Order: sequence, then structure tokens, then C-alpha cells
Amino acid sequence: MSPVSRGFLGRRRPVADPSRIPPGQYLTTDFPVLSAGPTPHTPLDEWSFTIHGQVEEPTSWPWEEFLALPSETITVDIHCVTKWSKLDTTWKGVSVDTLLGNIGTSAEYLTAWSDGGYTTNLPLEDVTDGKAWVAYEYGGEPLEAEHGGPARLLVPHLYFWKSAKWVRGLTLTADDEPGFWENYGYHNHGDPWLEQRYQGD
Amino acid sequence: MDALDGNAIAGELFEVFGEEMTTAVGTCAHCGATGVIAEQRVYLRAPGTVARCPRCTGVTMVLVSIRGSARIDLAGFKLAPPHDHGPPVDRQPAS
Amino acid sequence: MARAALPRRLNWQLARVVELVEEAAQTTSIVLAPADWPGHEAGQHVDVRLTAEDGYEAQRSYSIASGPEDDHLVLTVERLDDGEVSPYLVGELRPGDELELRGPIGGYFVWNQSLAGPLLLIAGGSGIVPFRSMLRHRSATGSGVAVRLLYSSRALGDVIYRDELAEFAAAGDGVDVSFTLTREWPEDWTGYRGRIDGKLLDEVSWPAAEMPLTYICGPSGFVESASGTLVDSGHDPRRIRTERFGPTGT
Repeated sequence: MSPVSRGFLGRRRPVADPSRIPPGQYLTTDFPVLSAGPTPHTPLDEWSFTIHGQVEEPTSWPWEEFLALPSETITVDIHCVTKWSKLDTTWKGVSVDTLLGNIGTSAEYLTAWSDGGYTTNLPLEDVTDGKAWVAYEYGGEPLEAEHGGPARLLVPHLYFWKSAKWVRGLTLTADDEPGFWENYGYHNHGDPWLEQRYQGD
Repeated sequence: MDALDGNAIAGELFEVFGEEMTTAVGTCAHCGATGVIAEQRVYLRAPGTVARCPRCTGVTMVLVSIRGSARIDLAGFKLAPPHDHGPPVDRQPAS
Repeated sequence: MARAALPRRLNWQLARVVELVEEAAQTTSIVLAPADWPGHEAGQHVDVRLTAEDGYEAQRSYSIASGPEDDHLVLTVERLDDGEVSPYLVGELRPGDELELRGPIGGYFVWNQSLAGPLLLIAGGSGIVPFRSMLRHRSATGSGVAVRLLYSSRALGDVIYRDELAEFAAAGDGVDVSFTLTREWPEDWTGYRGRIDGKLLDEVSWPAAEMPLTYICGPSGFVESASGTLVDSGHDPRRIRTERFGPTGT
């Protein structure tokens, strides 16, 4: 271990309930902004959300129609692979179950893709049965661009790199296809409770 | 958010290459722009560090630190001689 | 101290804090005695690493404020209220403490007196730090290269090295310093007001025909704007070097 810097504590906060913090994580009360590229600014009248790939009928919703879909408000804990965890975050969005609703598919995997080129991969079973949303509000306000607005994927039970910011669609695939960070050595699944940060963990 | 530039990763690049790299010249694989590493737009606050071409924003370099070992992917940036063979494969990061 | 070659290895070492010097309301210079300093070039930086008792680490980069010929290594740090490292360096750190750092780092944003001028230095906020090193090197080596420095700050209380910069300008050996304040200024302020734009640069900088060697340092937006404005008015982008400062921690 490097020599200790006398009196240095960092930005971490004391943990009230350790059972809510996965191994190796620190509690934060701010909301760090992490990004792999410039913030996209797609005008809402050009925005749409699409489900395509290995589906019987590709489906696409423009912004106004998307907002009119049945939505949920949820409060969840989120965990970033860079070690910060944030508890009790509130989001409003459309459940992926609702989006997949009547779309027939034999696919077992999907790739979420975003404005700016970011991708991440997930098994279908990790985004169904109430596990994932496409969220457009955070903390009761429209989702800010730097946090992924107008809409981002939200998959709180996995490390937050799977919750793709600026999401525009899901491509359903027969095979699992590693996304951006998965290709550079990050874990294919990303369960924070099993500390699946990197390939081989 | 605003990007920094290649100066911000000079230390990490030194660890991987074993020498000062911010003046190294390369060509963007996406748009062909030629420039030095110091001028790449760098996004540090991410699971890894992403460097992008200042002209076309295509990804030029990605640095990740996995279990304490630094790795670099240069698929988006063709380095000019004398660095055109990439980083030394057997280099251990400086402790 | 002899001019240093770039190091062959970049190792972490401990530097003892000798003294703290308040430069402005939220900005302090940290005077250091590193265990094994190889020397540096003006414009280079160091990486600083802080380690908590449980092993938690935070790392940041800081430009070197001291000249290559100075007795001690000096870093000048602005305290950011929502920062993780700067409130420790400016507030908790005290003389006698050991600070872990590695350096010197950087081969791009450097100037030494063998490089021809004239020099155009454009600083935003704490972007002035590497230019202090360059100006001290210029003085120490008796270089007569002509310099025009334009330094942008939010308010007078944020200006760092004000007296030292005034001394450089008063020495009458070719250094010209202009200040601009962007958010507020005293009633009797005789410097410039407002953000740097084409008009201000036209007044203050060398004309493009002089082919100045230009260094721009500060927040990303500041650097992009100043650089773009210079290029738009005919300056050669190959003669412009930039270094962007900004938040680096998560």
C-alpha cells in the first residue's frame, strides 16, 4: 500500500446500512458525471426509441408517443464500477417489459445503443420482469443531458455502465455481443454484489 | 461535459510506453487527421479513459486499468515512427 | 539546478512540505522538498496521490509553479469547494507532512529559453501556474525573448501572483502583462473587463504576422475559445500549444 497521507479521508460518507453497499463500493451523496465522449444534444423532434433486430416487427416511438406510454416512478440504489454507490435515487420511465410488450422475439440477448455511438450488452432476462426501464426523469425533473437525458437505460441491479446514457434503442440478438466497455476488458455481466468488474472476475 | 486533452494522461501513457508520449504523432483511423497525442480530446471520468480525435470525435485511444495493470487500445490512432510498433508488450507499470 | 532531461522512469516519491504560501483567497502555493527530484522544464506537471488509512486513493495532476532554477519544487493549488483533493491540499496539509508525487511529466506544453519567440501566453484562472514557471525560467537564464501575457480571472481577489507578475512587467526587459476580469472589477480598474474575445486579442496579442509561439492554459471552454479566436484571425495553429484544466476525479 502507498504511504498514508496524514488526515486524508476523501469524499466518502459514513455508511448507515452496510448491507446496501456492495463489496468495494463507497457511498456518495453527489451524482458524479462520467462520460466516454461529448454530450449529445438530439432535438426532441428528431428523437425516437427503437426496438429492432431479431424481432418479428421492429417498433419505434417518437418522443411524444414515448412519454404517453405507461410509466412508473421507482426508487433504486445505483452502483458505478468506479466504486461509488448512490442510494434511494428516484426515476420515472417506461419499463422495458412495457416496451417489449407485444414484440415477438426468440432472441436471448440485446445490445443497447446510444447517440454518440456507445453500446452495452445484456441478456434479455436481465431487463425483463421489472428489472429495467428507459428513464426520462430523475429526482422529479426531466433528465439532464449530462446524466443521459432526454432518456437513458436504467438497469440498477448491474453496474451503472450497463445503464446506457442517451439511449436510442435496443437491438435484440441471438448471440451475446460485447458492447463498448465489455470489449475493453470490463465484465460481460457486471453484478456488483459478485463484484464482477472485469473479465475473469 | 468538457473534455481535457492528452496532457492529462501523460503520466499514464508514460507508464504504458516507458517514455514521454504527449508529443507523439498519429493519424486518426476514422477521418485521417494527423495530430499529437497532447491534442486528443480526453474523457477521464469514465470506467476507463477515452481519447477522441479533435476533428471528428472518433475514438482514438482507450486506456483501462484492470486489477492495477494499465492497458491501452490504439486501434483508432495510427502512431507514426518511432512509435509505430505500439507499446512494449512486456512493460510492467511503474509502481 | 541543471536543465533536466525527461526521466527514464516515472516513480512515486515523497516530498516534504516546507512551507505554505497564500496566493489568493482560495489558492495556496505548496513549497516542497522531494526526496529525489531530477529537475524539470517549465510547463511540466506532477501527479499527486493521496492515500487514506484504509487504502482509498485519489490522484490529481498539478502544474509546477516553480522555475527549473528554483531551490524548491512549488505547486499552486486552487481549492474547489466540492473537490476531493484540493480541500485537503488547501486546508489540511501542513509543513512537515509528506506528499506523494511523481514527475516531472509532460513534453508538449513546455518552454525553455532555446525556443524562439516572441511568446504569447494566455491564461484562464489557475492556467497561470505553468506560465509562472516559464517566466521564472526566462528571468533566471537572462533570456530576452519578448513576452505578452494575457491573464483572465473572475475577480481581482482571484488573481494569483499579482505582485510577481507586476515585477516581471516592471523589469523593462520585454515582458508585457495584461489582466482581464470577467465577473466583477473595482470601480477604478484600469485593466480589461469581460471575457477574452477577438477584439481583446487583437489589442493585446502579437499580430499573426509575427508568428508568436503561443501557449494557452485554463479550463477547456476557455482554451477552445481563445485558440479558435486566434486561428480565425490568422494565427498558425501549429504555433499554438494548449493545456486544458478541469475536474479529473470521479
